[in-house]
Amino acid sequence: MSPGLLRYLAGRLARALLTVIGLVTIVFLLVRLIPGDPVEAILGDQAGPEEKAELRRALNLDRPASEQYLSFLGDMADGTMGTSFRQADRSVWSLMRDVLPYTLVLALAALLVAWLVAVPLGAIAAARAGQGWDRAASAAAVLGLAIPNIWLGPLLILAFGVKLRWLPLPGDDLAGPEALILPAITIGTALAAVLTRQTRAAMIDVLSQQYISAARARGVPSVPLLLRHALRNALLPVMTIGAAQLGALLSGTVVTEKIFERPGLGTLFLDAFFARDIPVVQGCVLVIAVIYVGVNLVVDLAYGVVDPRVRLS
Amino acid sequence: MSATRARLRKTPLGLLIVVAFFLLGAIGPWIAPYDPLAIDLLHEYQAPSAAHWLGTGDNGIDILSALLHGARLAAIVGVVVVGVSVTLGTAVGTWAGYYGRLPDHVVTGIADLVQAFPAIVLNIAVLALVAKPGLLHLIIALAVNGWVLYARLARAETLSLREREFVEAARALGMPAHQVMRRHVVPNLLGPLVIQATTGLGVVILAESTLSFLGLGPGKAVSWGALLDQGTSVLLRFPHVALFSGGAIALTVLGFNLMGDWLRDRLDPRLR
Repeated sequence: MSPGLLRYLAGRLARALLTVIGLVTIVFLLVRLIPGDPVEAILGDQAGPEEKAELRRALNLDRPASEQYLSFLGDMADGTMGTSFRQADRSVWSLMRDVLPYTLVLALAALLVAWLVAVPLGAIAAARAGQGWDRAASAAAVLGLAIPNIWLGPLLILAFGVKLRWLPLPGDDLAGPEALILPAITIGTALAAVLTRQTRAAMIDVLSQQYISAARARGVPSVPLLLRHALRNALLPVMTIGAAQLGALLSGTVVTEKIFERPGLGTLFLDAFFARDIPVVQGCVLVIAVIYVGVNLVVDLAYGVVDPRVRLS
Repeated sequence: MSATRARLRKTPLGLLIVVAFFLLGAIGPWIAPYDPLAIDLLHEYQAPSAAHWLGTGDNGIDILSALLHGARLAAIVGVVVVGVSVTLGTAVGTWAGYYGRLPDHVVTGIADLVQAFPAIVLNIAVLALVAKPGLLHLIIALAVNGWVLYARLARAETLSLREREFVEAARALGMPAHQVMRRHVVPNLLGPLVIQATTGLGVVILAESTLSFLGLGPGKAVSWGALLDQGTSVLLRFPHVALFSGGAIALTVLGFNLMGDWLRDRLDPRLR
């Protein structure tokens, strides 16, 4: 590895680490500012003062804020992320570990849906720029961006769950992959719209390059030309999951898990929020933010390694 | 895609939707046939009829009246949040872009940190700060990340404007920095900012609906998102509640998106 690349990697890693420490501190401060006594929220107003004091001690809430911050940092560092207020025998991480796979599988399925729709649609639109296919793809992208996932989810349930009875309804058994289809489409649609536009723009750019004209002049038939020569090069910029898209993906899982009554990080987060289970709230915010920072870091690093021009800026 | 754009340029459907939305937001509560909070348990979840054009929902409330009141809430939240975000973002972004160095590092750093949370997670975290989130809290929560987009835009444009000859000339003539920014930089930012703000209105209205849908909206107010939440919980038996409330959200967001595209085509000389 060249010194320039090493310096780039080190700098980028240091920045990500700083961001995470900043996030941890912000999460701690935000959560301490929540009004409403968690002890009262857990025990109810019927509890006696001794009972409350005991729980307060057990939860470390009687100690000064600086001590709480240190023990909070310790909890974050050792990976347990503290103990749930509601389920005293569970660490926050163990609660999250139980539901995280549901969310990750859902996010990946949504990404897959977006890809399966966007790449062919964008490529066809670019190959037939200005014609019927292109206009249809463009209109579909406008609609896909405008339709809110909080509405799309219920619409899909009505169409495919209630009317056609092809796919399971919310609350049905989650075992089979078919239970993933509607939630994945709910999240993936807006993503597909963005990716379609990007694929189309990248393809049009590539198709105007000289090597495409050269290949065409050599007599390469149009389908291999599009697939092997153009699409492969056009996809490189589209491959990156932009930060905005990742955010949409993660926000989408919170909403979609509620609509489809699925377990997951979003459901855990909202439940903990309404129950004032502070350790779980801060754990969820933190894990979501770390996923976000982490994926951006990996994408940036990959780009820095692949494309030397990135390192200079 | 350009053909679609060309056609949209001739028929500004977005403009029609946006004007209708603001008009209904302004007069909606006066023309609403019922009180949207009036309880009528005998007529709960009725399909659309002559008495209730869009049917009734939870507790027998009139859906049309609830949507008309919800339009006002959406309009208020949208305009206030975007207004605050544009003002704050432009001021901060112009400052950062004009001076560079430390101001730039500080602003970019805070913007990066804010954007290290998915928007909705940050909104929820801010709303968690108050026991009973009201309208003001909702507006604050949405403005907390709303300003970043405008700050980045203003910063980027200022960076390039700063090097332009007319700005250099104003500086060379001894004009103080705040005047250069106000008279020569900010007026040139308006075009891109207006385009961004139009799309931004749709984004904020959707965010308000989403938070209300998740049960985090302003308690008493009638919100499209809260109505959609109710509608989703009775979706299998009474789909009309979710259809109409979600439709209102979708149509409004579509309107602002189309309007933003249309403005971009007209105002951005680089696209001509």
